[in-house]
Amino acid sequence: MSAKMPDSTARPGRMSALMGWIDARLPVTRAIKEHATEYYAPKNFNFWYYFGSLAALVLVLQIVTGIFLTMNYKPSATEAFASVEYIMRDVEWGWLIRYMHSTGASAFFIVIYLHMFRGLMYGSHKNPRELVWIFGMLIYLCLMAEAFMGYLLPWGNMSYWGAQVIVSLFGAIPGIGESLVEWIRGDYYISDITLNRFFALHVVALPIALIFLVIAHILALHEVGSNNPDGVEIKKVKGPDGHPVDGIPFHPYYTVKDLVGIVVFAAIFCCVLFFAPTMGGYFLEHANFEPANALQTPEHIAPVWYFTPFYAILRAVPNKLVGVALMGIAVVAFFFVPWLDRSKVKSIRYRGWLYKAFLFSFVVSFLALGYLGLQPATTTYTNAARIFGAVYFAFFVLMPWYTKADQTKPVPERVTYNAH
Amino acid sequence: MSAEAEQVDGARRHFLLVATTVTGLVGVGMTAVPFLASWKPSARAQALGAPVDADISKIEPGAIMKVMWRGQAIYIVRRTAEMIATLTTPAVKNGLRDPESGESEQPSYAKNDVRSLKPEFLVLIGVCTHLGCAPLDRFQPADAELGATWPGGFYCPCHGSKFDLAGRVFKDVPAPLNLRVPPYRYVNDGLLQIGADTEAA
Repeated sequence: MSAKMPDSTARPGRMSALMGWIDARLPVTRAIKEHATEYYAPKNFNFWYYFGSLAALVLVLQIVTGIFLTMNYKPSATEAFASVEYIMRDVEWGWLIRYMHSTGASAFFIVIYLHMFRGLMYGSHKNPRELVWIFGMLIYLCLMAEAFMGYLLPWGNMSYWGAQVIVSLFGAIPGIGESLVEWIRGDYYISDITLNRFFALHVVALPIALIFLVIAHILALHEVGSNNPDGVEIKKVKGPDGHPVDGIPFHPYYTVKDLVGIVVFAAIFCCVLFFAPTMGGYFLEHANFEPANALQTPEHIAPVWYFTPFYAILRAVPNKLVGVALMGIAVVAFFFVPWLDRSKVKSIRYRGWLYKAFLFSFVVSFLALGYLGLQPATTTYTNAARIFGAVYFAFFVLMPWYTKADQTKPVPERVTYNAH
Repeated sequence: MSAEAEQVDGARRHFLLVATTVTGLVGVGMTAVPFLASWKPSARAQALGAPVDADISKIEPGAIMKVMWRGQAIYIVRRTAEMIATLTTPAVKNGLRDPESGESEQPSYAKNDVRSLKPEFLVLIGVCTHLGCAPLDRFQPADAELGATWPGGFYCPCHGSKFDLAGRVFKDVPAPLNLRVPPYRYVNDGLLQIGADTEAA
């Protein structure tokens, strides 16, 4: 067989000659090898490893749909609401593009939250992946800013009052607070000026930052190599070819695996997109179907679901400055996890019951706070938010203690893997 | 080569490096000023923030009127004698966080028991001091939602902050301060001007 095949080294075809010409000027082949065909990822990835590539997919979806939305959207207080309705009713397929973008926003957070949970579960934040984790958290912050500013753009009444509430948070900073708020708004209230600058940040500044951060996240990951459900460093055991024996090339093995995830994700995504684009008021809130009105606060202000855990913490504190500070700390605390976690082992598989119990109660309190943030602030709900908020912070504050005190199991030399 | 290398003046290089870096950073800092300053309220936004007039002669006793000033709702309440009487009852006063308006923002002529120039007319900025929602008027005492002890006042639906009939905040709610009073003056008995101060008498 090999005798019949043309020897590529002896007689390079036109295609490979072209590649050679390019490679001498731009390292395309080297980059493909480093990041795909010869990027060795652990062979024991499971279900939880879909969410990284899904997040990348949703990012592309948001950028593409976003570009097409800007072609018809008008970032002015007098025209914004009507231009969104115009997209929904008069632009061919405009409703689909707009619902893809709004559903994509919620999908982004679902995927990112699951991706972060995967990291906490398998210790993907631990040495040597601290920078991977930090870039990931910066992406998350950037995403929150994107979502917040994007939500003002339809200029619905919830857009307006949501922005009013969140921008006012900066007013809690002693001394400079009020002038800082005025500077952010560019006016004495949320106005056309605010809308215009949020539009600029939402469609230009933040997406650029987001793309750079994603590149940094992936480069940092590929430098140290992927973690896996066992939390074993596969680079420790290398075969005679110099590649990790427990690693397989990302392409084609994981590109094909991720394609399956993408198909399943796309199916679920389309169900929401076509049958429940507002998700009963959770993805697009009902109050946002009427135009912004500075004289009429919606009866019940709640942010979109992905912000509600932090919103519940904010409301649970009777002091404004402390509430804002705790809400900020609730987000920023994630940055310190690589150093708060003192465990000898990475993966939950080899950790003791203490970490499992704390991680479980953290997830429960995160979900509970998310629910409470959607509810009106009654005494019962506020007290419940205080309890769950305490559990939320206990996860971080007590982490150095319980991760160290935990009874860990011995970690195997190589990943556990059963061939199918 | 080595003879040339010996002639390298390390101190001079260090000085030039530091001087260039500092000059460059100062330049970057100064270039940033116009961009950062462009975010401040523009001349047009400031012009649109000029005072507005409100005709208060037609407000019924016990009713509220809302006008816009700087994009904010201004609440003008014509208080009845009973409403004014609630302000000094011990039940209300003891429940307030700052009954003397020591920390809150108001013109000096509104820093009194009724928080207004004339007791009959209360003028407030209708923006909750917690996070900027619009407090609702719940002037009836013993409101169904707010309980039998409710003396009448304002209630913020966002986070449950409560204020009395002078916009003073109650204890144990998220809002830290009394509702703000804007600068205002009486042009005549039936006409208020919001945004312009009353001259010190």
